[in-house]
Amino acid sequence: MIQSTKDFWSGLIYIFFGLSAIVIAREYGMGTALKMGAAYFPTLLGGLLILIGAISVIRGFVIRGAPVGAFAFKGLLMVVGATLLFGLIVRGVGLAIALPVSVILSAAASSRFGWKPTMLIAAGLTLFCVLVFVKGLGIPLPVIGPWFGR
Amino acid sequence: MDLFANLALGLSTAVSPGNLLYCLIGVFLGTAIGVLPGLGPTATIAMLLPLTFALPPISALIMLAGIYYGSQYGGSTTSILVNLPGEAASVVTTLDGYQMAKQGRAGPALTASAVGSFFAGTVATFLLALFAPPLAEAALKFGPADYFSLMVLGLVASVVLAQGSLLHAIGMVVLGLLFGLIGSDVTSGVQRYTFGIPEMADGIGFVTVAMGMFGLSEIVRNLENETERSVVIAKITSLMPTKDEWKRIIAPILRGTIIGSAVGILPGSGSILGSFAAYSIEKKISKNRAQFGKGAIEGVAAPESANNAGAQTSFIPMLTLGIPSNPVMALMVGAMIIQGIQPGPSVIREQPALFWGIIVSMWIGNLFLLILNLPLIGMWVKMITIPYQLLYPAILVFCGIGVFSLNNSTFDIYLMGLFGVLGYIFSKLGCEPAPMLLAFILGPLMEENLRRAMLISRGDPMVFVRRPISATLLVLAVLAMCTVLIPAFSKTREEAFKE
Repeated sequence: MIQSTKDFWSGLIYIFFGLSAIVIAREYGMGTALKMGAAYFPTLLGGLLILIGAISVIRGFVIRGAPVGAFAFKGLLMVVGATLLFGLIVRGVGLAIALPVSVILSAAASSRFGWKPTMLIAAGLTLFCVLVFVKGLGIPLPVIGPWFGR
Repeated sequence: MDLFANLALGLSTAVSPGNLLYCLIGVFLGTAIGVLPGLGPTATIAMLLPLTFALPPISALIMLAGIYYGSQYGGSTTSILVNLPGEAASVVTTLDGYQMAKQGRAGPALTASAVGSFFAGTVATFLLALFAPPLAEAALKFGPADYFSLMVLGLVASVVLAQGSLLHAIGMVVLGLLFGLIGSDVTSGVQRYTFGIPEMADGIGFVTVAMGMFGLSEIVRNLENETERSVVIAKITSLMPTKDEWKRIIAPILRGTIIGSAVGILPGSGSILGSFAAYSIEKKISKNRAQFGKGAIEGVAAPESANNAGAQTSFIPMLTLGIPSNPVMALMVGAMIIQGIQPGPSVIREQPALFWGIIVSMWIGNLFLLILNLPLIGMWVKMITIPYQLLYPAILVFCGIGVFSLNNSTFDIYLMGLFGVLGYIFSKLGCEPAPMLLAFILGPLMEENLRRAMLISRGDPMVFVRRPISATLLVLAVLAMCTVLIPAFSKTREEAFKE
């Protein structure tokens, strides 16, 4: 049976990336040691990574280790979700909408979430970011986006 | 002497009103964010990097360096006052610093840390000025094979010094090298691992990866154990140490400075090892060793000096060889490249004003830290009490806007999210992100030098052991690896990281 889930799963991840690296690199041309093609170095690394992954998986069966702690799925989902949503809508709706939306969405991941302080932070941050990043540093993001007909 | 002429040149660059201001802003912002809970130096610099894009290169680098040691200093403040190390290097400071704070001696602990840091920073700056030029001179003789071996040594050292499992550190390094290869291949022009996505043609940004792996995944990790956080801040009555305490910290500061400077040059997490080594040496040789862990001022002064000395000397390999020794230096390399400067041994000759300006500004920054931070301590204390649930949404949107501003592309925001998830999974599996980040920036450099070396040697891999410099570096790498594999040492390594 699996003794160390940490070693087992990280080993599988290494193998996955190593294999993908080698398989994808097959289109790139190996070349020779003298004149290395685009695939040479990544294939070398991919092989090494598979080897490390295999050792890690074997170790997972042999050596007892601490179990993987519980994943904070809610936190992960909401924090990353807020990030992705921000990227998705910021150009369309503008910073003045996208920013408070992602602040509130990400803040809701906390067990100490409260509407009032979050709204205040969202408002303050929006004002700050519009002034500093858009007006001050000239980052090309709309304040109110074209989705609102502007 | 050349040294003084160079320092004078640096001084004239660093004290121009603009650069002084950027140094001050950097130190101030760095300390402020370092004091805030849950943000280490790497995430801080990654987050603030976009602010410097509009500046001229020298001002940008001066400000970034200021942010770096400012955030380190901020981390020490929280270690002493609330037992929360803002970053790994100040973990040992909590041992005695917080105990002192509980006994009402927070003020002297903070002063010891500030004075120790300033002294260490001054010495380390001189070391940097002294050793950087000859090292850069020597590095100009490096061929591709030597560079390749140097990077192997750097990565091996980062693996040896990484926390946790050796196997996973190696795995993360190889993975980092692979991620670094994404984008157009310089030699053949082939698009590698871009999946036809035009935004990935130039590779994925280092800042994007750093913000995802350090910024985002740290937020999720902190959300896991929210309930454990309860901040009780010790009262600060007087900042002044007693006469006896002054006497007691002199030797620890000196020893801490020496240890920290030496260890800081090593690749890997230099300042962590330095502060830890300084603490454990003091614990062995101090007259007051019985008091350690119960609030010994030596236990604050020594690691804090080592920490700051290491932060400074870690610039040596970056500025002279162009090879970063830790993730923060990797970000600095990234910043230099964005500013159009190729870091390496030629910087010192081609841009002397920039090089010496940065060095002198480090000393000025340390001076700012000393004069600014003790009087401002009341403000830092207020910042510590900002609840995390109000803080992290702000970190998140700053990261989002910052990453966007790199290429004015929302694709980078998605990529940051992806690396956030990846970073979180790896941290759950006990795999450290630091070696991966280092390897990420070295990946393309390593490949290029490997190719050139093999081309010059006509495909003979023996070139790596035939060239004396390269062979020496590889032997060092093998030795470093052996120290971990030999059971006796690996045991002390495990113990070292456990404490």
